[in-house]
Amino acid sequence: MENEKNHIIPYKTFLFVLAGLICLTLTSVLVTQISLGPLTVAIALLIAAVKSSFVLRIFMHLKFDNKMFSIGVIAVILLISVVIIITLLDYLYR
Amino acid sequence: MTTEIHRDDLASKTGMWLFLFTEMLLFGGLFVVYSVYRYRNPIAFHLAAHELSVAIGTINTIILLISSSTIAMSITALQKQNKKLALLLLGITVFLGLAFLVNKYFEWGEHIKEHIYPGSPILALRGQGDVLFYGLYFFMTGLHALHIIIGLIFIAVIAVKIYGDKITFDNFVLLENSGLYWHLVDLIWIFLFPLFYLIT
Repeated sequence: MENEKNHIIPYKTFLFVLAGLICLTLTSVLVTQISLGPLTVAIALLIAAVKSSFVLRIFMHLKFDNKMFSIGVIAVILLISVVIIITLLDYLYR
Repeated sequence: MTTEIHRDDLASKTGMWLFLFTEMLLFGGLFVVYSVYRYRNPIAFHLAAHELSVAIGTINTIILLISSSTIAMSITALQKQNKKLALLLLGITVFLGLAFLVNKYFEWGEHIKEHIYPGSPILALRGQGDVLFYGLYFFMTGLHALHIIIGLIFIAVIAVKIYGDKITFDNFVLLENSGLYWHLVDLIWIFLFPLFYLIT
């Protein structure tokens, strides 16, 4: 099969990523318990974005798979962000 | 018999990803609704979010993250032709998924005992902002829990197929697809958790 590279990801990689994800989760919990005002939202969402990029690239194999899937995911994320931004602009400047 | 059975793993995976894109857009739409309601009711959302248990939310996040890593490792195990380990890892994944649902049951039970649920007259007395927050909370976590249940059934079917050698080390695209679905459920939770539990 030509489209099957049969790439085997070692167990260790997944365990390292898991440890990183748990650390990021605990960080976001700690950071949001301290009141930082509007920054809290930004930090919590930034950490969520970093976590999801790990899940997408390693757990979901995007890093090793056909680039077509990565492009699709980026397109969907852009579409959702554009819709959120346009909707909020409408509410902010109405 | 040497009849070659046609198989196209790339197409199979592409189909799965296209489906996942629609799932992302489904939840994406709900996130748009969340941001608008939050913008219009900042104080009510702030106070209502304080009533959710950060501890249960954190435990459930870690449970889902571990279950994501175990299903990812089960693919590695199967590729290395270690069928037993692959099945064990899938079993752990299902167990963790059930643990998540049990936590969710107790969490929802607490709210419902305090008369907080969509359509509750006592919740309505607390004002529009609280009604919107808990409406979204129950709908979004409920839709997510439904995805967990579907994912668990999907994984159980895959485990039976691995046990029966229908999915093997050189034919595992179905296992990969079930993994993709499970990771998507994890991915959605990664955003639901800070939005409902942390940002107060």
